[in-house]
Parts: sequence; C-alpha cells; structure tokens
Amino acid sequence: MTLPLSDIQAVLPELIVVAAACLVLGLDPITPQSKKTWLAWLSLGSLVLCVPITISQMGTRVSAFSDLVVLDPYACFWKLLLYLVSGLTILLSLAYLKAERINLGEYYGFLLLSLSGMMIMVSAVDLLTIYLGTELMSLSLYVLAGFKRFEARSLEASAKYFVLGSFSSGILLYGISLLFGVAGSTRLSAIAAAVANRGLDDPALVLAMILLVVGFGFKIAVVPFHMWTPDVYEGAPTSVTAFMAVASKVASFGAFVRVFLEGLGGLKANWYGLFLVVCIATLVLGNVVAIVQTNIKRMLAYSSIAHAGYALIGIVVAGQADTEGAVRSAGLSSVMLYLAVYAFMTLGAFAVVAMLRKGGLEGEEIEDFTGLAKRQPIAAFLMLVFMVSLAGIPPTAGFIGKFYLFLAAVNAGLAWLAVIAVLFAAVSAYYYLRVVMVMYMRDLDISAGLAPRFASSPAMTVVLACAIAGVVILGLYPDPLVSLTTSAVLTLK
Amino acid sequence: MTVIPLSAYVALSAVLFATGLIGVLIRRNFIIVLMAVEIMLNAANINLVAFSHYLESMTGQIVALFVIAIAGGEAAVGLAIIIVVFRGKISTNVDEINLLKW
Repeated sequence: MTLPLSDIQAVLPELIVVAAACLVLGLDPITPQSKKTWLAWLSLGSLVLCVPITISQMGTRVSAFSDLVVLDPYACFWKLLLYLVSGLTILLSLAYLKAERINLGEYYGFLLLSLSGMMIMVSAVDLLTIYLGTELMSLSLYVLAGFKRFEARSLEASAKYFVLGSFSSGILLYGISLLFGVAGSTRLSAIAAAVANRGLDDPALVLAMILLVVGFGFKIAVVPFHMWTPDVYEGAPTSVTAFMAVASKVASFGAFVRVFLEGLGGLKANWYGLFLVVCIATLVLGNVVAIVQTNIKRMLAYSSIAHAGYALIGIVVAGQADTEGAVRSAGLSSVMLYLAVYAFMTLGAFAVVAMLRKGGLEGEEIEDFTGLAKRQPIAAFLMLVFMVSLAGIPPTAGFIGKFYLFLAAVNAGLAWLAVIAVLFAAVSAYYYLRVVMVMYMRDLDISAGLAPRFASSPAMTVVLACAIAGVVILGLYPDPLVSLTTSAVLTLK
Repeated sequence: MTVIPLSAYVALSAVLFATGLIGVLIRRNFIIVLMAVEIMLNAANINLVAFSHYLESMTGQIVALFVIAIAGGEAAVGLAIIIVVFRGKISTNVDEINLLKW
C-alpha cells in the first residue's frame, strides 16, 4: 500500500515541524553549550519554511488520509497564527533561557513537537486525530512547564499540569469512546449525520457530550475547569507560560469549535445552554479573582481565563442561531478574530514580564513594576499599550476583538449577554490599569531593596515590536483580518 | 455458549471509569493518581473495543491501539516528573506539593 502524494503534501508543514523537532533533539547532545542558540535558529527556520506552504494551501477544502485531517482556510488560519506565536516564543526564549540558566536544546525540540500537535488538532476532522494532537501538545507542555528543574515551583507546576491534564484527557477519551458507540464512527462528518436532528434521546449521547465539554473545558481553561491555570502559569518558565496561554488556547479553541459545530452541530440546541452557563461563569470568576492577585503571571492567568470566556460568547452565538448562515459565521469569525488579537496582546505582556528581572530572579510581582515609567519609559509604555488593549479600550486591537464579539451577540438577539460582558470588561480595566498606575504614578523606594532592571536583547526587541505592531495595526485597520476570518469560517461545515 | 451482551462491557467500562475518576479525586499519592488516570484510559479502551466488535467496524480497535501507545508515553512523562519532584521533596504526596496557591 502506498500513500498518495497529495496526502503527504497536505501534511507537509506538520512533517517539516516534526522533522525539525527530531533534528533539534538529535543535534542537541553534539552541540556545545555556547552554540545552543543555533538550535533555536534551526527551529525558527522550519517555521519560516512552513509559512509559504500553508499560505499556498489556503484555497479550498482538501481532505487527506481518508478524512483524518482536512486542509481548509479555517485550519490554515489557525496554523498561521500558531507559527507566529511559536516563532515569537522562540525569539522570546533566547535571552530568557540564558538568564534563567536553562539554555538546553530540548526546549526547542519540545516546543516544536507541541506545535505539531496543535497543528494536527486544528486540521483534524476525526476524533482519533483530535485526541492524538491534543496528547502530543499536552505531553510536550507538561515537560516544558517543569523546565526550570532546579526550582520547586516549576516542578510543582509541571506535576499539577500533568495530573489535571492527563485527567482531562482521560475524560475526553471516554467521551470519544461513548460517541463512537452512539455514532458508529469517529469521523466528525459521520457523527454529524448520526446525531442530526436527533435530540438527546440516548443517555450515552448526553454523557458523551458532557464529557467532551469537560475535556475541552480543561484545555481551554474555562470555569469550572480552570483551577490548574493560575498555578501552572505562575510556576512555569515565563516563556513557556506565554506559549501555553496563547498557542495551546488557540489550538484547543480551533479543535473545540470544529468538534461542536461540525460534529455535534445537530445537538446545538442542547449544548447551547451549557456553554452559556460556562461562558458567564468564566467571565465573572476570571475577572473578579484577577483583581486580588499580586503576582503578575497569576493575574495574567486569570485574565486569560476571562478572555476564554469572551471568546466563548462567539460560540454561544453560533449555537444560539436557529438559522444557519450569517449569524453563525459572524459568531465564529469573531472568535477567530478575538483569539488572533488575544495572541498579540498576551504575548506582548508576557514578553515584558520575561524581561523584568530583580536580582537573579524574575520580577514577577506587580510591585516590581513600581516606578518603571521613570527608569524604562519605553518598556513601561509598551506594557501600558498591552494592558489597555487587554482591557479592551480603543483604539487598540483588544477593543476591535471585543467589538466584533459583542456585535455578533447583539445581532443574534443576545444583547443581555453583551451587556454582562461589557460590565465585566469594565471590571477588568481595574486590574489591568492597576499595573499602569503602579508603573506611572508610584516612585520606587530604592532603600527597600534591589531595584528591578530590564534584560533586553535584540530578539526581545523584535518580539515586542511584532506584538505592539499587531496590537496597534489591528486596532486601527482590522479590515484585512476581519475579511480573512469571515471567509475562513465559511469553509467550516 | 452464551454471548456476553454489549451492556456488560459498557457497564464494566463505566465502573472502571468511575474508579479512575474517584481515584484521581480522592487519592493523595501522585503514583496512585497516575494509576487512576491509566484506569480511566483503559475504561475507554474497553468501550472502544466492545463497540468496535458489536458495530463490526475496525475503527474502535485502531483507536484503542493508539490509546495504548499514548498511555505508555503519558506514563513515561508522568514518572519522569514524579522522579524530579521526589528528588527535591522526598515525598510523592500531592498535598505536600503546595507552593502555588491562590
């Protein structure tokens, strides 16, 4: 039996990333410590190679490996976003890993393996490949979270992430097995045909749906399945936290939307209510608990939970609409837009956190930002823009993302949900602007101890420049991205 | 020879799944938690193979094979994490891994 060439071509980017990961892991032992940076450039090179391939594949919907994976603009959009996030994470890691003395080649290998899992997740149309992608992503992330292996907090983050991550994978898999029993197939298209207009007459189907919601709920970190997030985000190395907060959330949302819209779309009357409750709970808890955090990584963790809540609004909109078409597309394309915007602003914020150092350690308390505007005016200003964008204040990208989501909600007759979301966006402004207040309004008391300083590097400058450019350009001129997401969503069945 | 009905397999798998679920939630030893997770994965495997037989579709068995391989990988990563945590802490009790709290 031979594989058709077209199938190989369809997964060429995945193959390149996996090959680069193996190459990095293989070259690592024979690379001297001073040359480890070359492995980072090799990883970055493989991503650069993938970008034109994915852009050229963006045209129509092609399925490969007898419907295990599919190539459509929807998948390609997520893949391009993932390349960007991974590329920026690699650049971010260069200086950070050196400063933390964990400059090991495996880091980049695991990063690429995790990326390949995410790429499979967003292009998978079979529950088997979705599960495989999820596991490949998670197993690599468990290791990355514990990368500072001399620091107890990092190991603890890794252990907690592993327990809750594998627990949620187990739940997800049990849901998949029940769904297979009910539908007789693991293909999303076959499942869609089996459950179409079928309501929840079968208790196994009810259970399968709930287990899938729980399993994915853990991966995208929505309330009540969020409890691992703050601990893991705080303990993991900051560069890994940035990668987890953005890339794994983006990929999980990509798979989540596909499973529930393409596979279980026929049951949307049933999952709609469930998602609505989860969405509101996430908005409330994420935003309220973020207020009391004193550690900036923990605060950003709760903020990422809250942002998952905002993104869920778009999925609720897609589930609510009785009629197919415009309303559904608007909901889903605003999810994609929101996550793209979220990627830029969150990566930027984490990049600033990764640069701030206090003595030999990371300056990760909000207090460490005291008086930063006087000592590091540029860094403080960038942080200001990221915080303003996260809070959703115009003219930044964060506002555009929220605007399209709320517009979709209002058009779908869910104006009250949009009102709740706006109220909690106002709450979020409190904790985001507190960081700004600390930077600009307070002076550092030098006698109190070591003054935090900034470890900047050329690569870090590139990361910050990309993030700020994304936040500002998407805030002022979002049209190209909006039309891209709108057209990408149409290929979703 | 009596044929074992599908419901028996599904019931067994449900019991195993519940065992794993409760195990993760109430046991405090990291290694036992890891074992409970493996039980959950195997509960899903029983389901997949049983459904696969009764639906006369090979898909379920293929998925089960993949799951067995993944479970192996997961155990390897999990045990590696336990070893590094244990080195620093001399404990595999989940309650003593408590630096991070909200």
